[in-house]
Amino acid sequence: MADKSRRAFMGKVLAGTAGVATVASLYAMKRTWDPLPSVVSAGFTTVDLSPLEAGKLSVIKWRGKPIFLLKHTDDVSPDDSRDIVTQDGRYTVVIGLCTHLGCIPEWRESESIFHCACHGGQYDIHAKQTFGPPPRPLDIPPFAIKGSSIVLGEEGPEYKKMTTQA
Amino acid sequence: MAEFKKANSVGEWLDQRLNTTMLTKVMMTEYWIPKDINFLWAMGMILAFTFKILLVSGIFLLMYYKPDVNMAFDSVNYTIMQEVGYGWLFRHIHGVGASLVFLIIYIHMFTGIYYGSYKKGREMIWLSGMLLLVLFSAEAFSGYMLPWGQMSYWAAYVITNIFGGIPLIGDELVVWIRGNFYVADSTLTRFFMLHVLLVPLAILGGIAFHFYSLRIPHVNNQKGEEIDFEEEANKYKAGRKKLSKVIPFWPVFMAKDVFVLSVFLFFFFYLVFYHYNFAMDPVNFDPANGLKTPAHIYPEWYFLWSYEVLRGFFFDIGPLKAADIGLAAFGFAQIIFALMPWLDRSPTVAPASQRPYFRVWFWIMIVILIVLTIYGKLPPTGTNAWIGFYSSIAFILLFLLLPVVTSKEAAVTKGAK
Repeated sequence: MADKSRRAFMGKVLAGTAGVATVASLYAMKRTWDPLPSVVSAGFTTVDLSPLEAGKLSVIKWRGKPIFLLKHTDDVSPDDSRDIVTQDGRYTVVIGLCTHLGCIPEWRESESIFHCACHGGQYDIHAKQTFGPPPRPLDIPPFAIKGSSIVLGEEGPEYKKMTTQA
Repeated sequence: MAEFKKANSVGEWLDQRLNTTMLTKVMMTEYWIPKDINFLWAMGMILAFTFKILLVSGIFLLMYYKPDVNMAFDSVNYTIMQEVGYGWLFRHIHGVGASLVFLIIYIHMFTGIYYGSYKKGREMIWLSGMLLLVLFSAEAFSGYMLPWGQMSYWAAYVITNIFGGIPLIGDELVVWIRGNFYVADSTLTRFFMLHVLLVPLAILGGIAFHFYSLRIPHVNNQKGEEIDFEEEANKYKAGRKKLSKVIPFWPVFMAKDVFVLSVFLFFFFYLVFYHYNFAMDPVNFDPANGLKTPAHIYPEWYFLWSYEVLRGFFFDIGPLKAADIGLAAFGFAQIIFALMPWLDRSPTVAPASQRPYFRVWFWIMIVILIVLTIYGKLPPTGTNAWIGFYSSIAFILLFLLLPVVTSKEAAVTKGAK
């Protein structure tokens, strides 16, 4: 009997230790796959929007993602829930990755649409989806307006207002 | 301690220590295979051999490949292809082998479905086979990333993005899998590790388990006949070989297997030397560029059918988003084959040709898979998108109907017998 309870006790100790070790190992393994701190902290990009020509798409890179910068011509109807407004005009500033499966849509100036070649999705000039599989408009990156420039990665009051509206 | 006498030969010496005589009997000379089979029963051995070819060619590629975003493309397309002696050969063997291993997996799998080799005690063979299909798919996907061309990059992008569809944790999960906000160096190195170590290890374990799972229910035969293996084996051992319904794995069955394997290898090396291009997508000879999506993205041929199911649903239905329906359908397609033993409600083990309803079901399934494969490669516009949509629906309906079809068949054939 004494032997039995000793073995049971040893068994519990072993199971407990092994359990803790397993959880700790899994946590360490999970952390190994986490993005590195240098990757996470990389990138607050400042872009000056004033040199942009209306109707022509510019693409810059932010955190490895393409960012579409498009100045609206005067005949484009304004959309306050989507447009970024600086002292120089109204802009579409979005992450240029199709919200379906992440391909990069192309800007077709003549039709005023963004067209994704992968699965045929389409977006209007405000980058709202109009056809095909995209589940939502192209995402607007966090931004803060500084005069004629914007800082990507920083959440300014205009960005916060936009996200609370949606 | 066991008593060891002086051995008179190397064989005896080993037998004393490792029981090699018994091992040979159990694994080879007294492992019984039915006589009534055809060349389709050789696919398992062809797969084992092709895996070995992939392993060996992979080892040679591994000596020069560099898992780094700045060096990967050149290490494959310059170093291995142009500098390393016969490097091109190992690359083409590896690429063609990856493609053909799926061809044979599909033949192996549809042979199993056609002859009903997944039920009445053979469920674990089927499940372990499906597990191997998943592992080989993971191996193919991770390997496809390594040359770091445009297709490598964008395939990695699209496939890792699929995990973003998982509710709540999706977005964080994608970043975690990639180790970055986009497909980057961290993604390449971790998938390199998966491709050359973890997944091959799992495949080796899976193959061992798959072979073992055959042992108790034994190999099926062309008629689905239930054989008393012990009795038939006794007949064979007693010298009544013609009367016996079984043959030993070694050397009798293997003699036939090796012949089929030889025919396959002629075909394999013909492709390696003269038609390797089908396994080398031209788009992948452009270095990876995260800011430029190729005009048209498609996977290798063996993933086309499930890719088409994924993108077949291109419009929202009610409150359901197109992408979510596609993802759900894709998930369905990935697991549904594994459930075959339970979807088939008929207890009959017989070739499809002798099952009035299942026969029709089987060939419709093959046709739909071919249609999905063809349209998976075409751009999803206009009519193509609708054909993709309807064949995806048909694929799902087909499997939902299987229990009904097979129970009806069971009722009908029972009446006949």
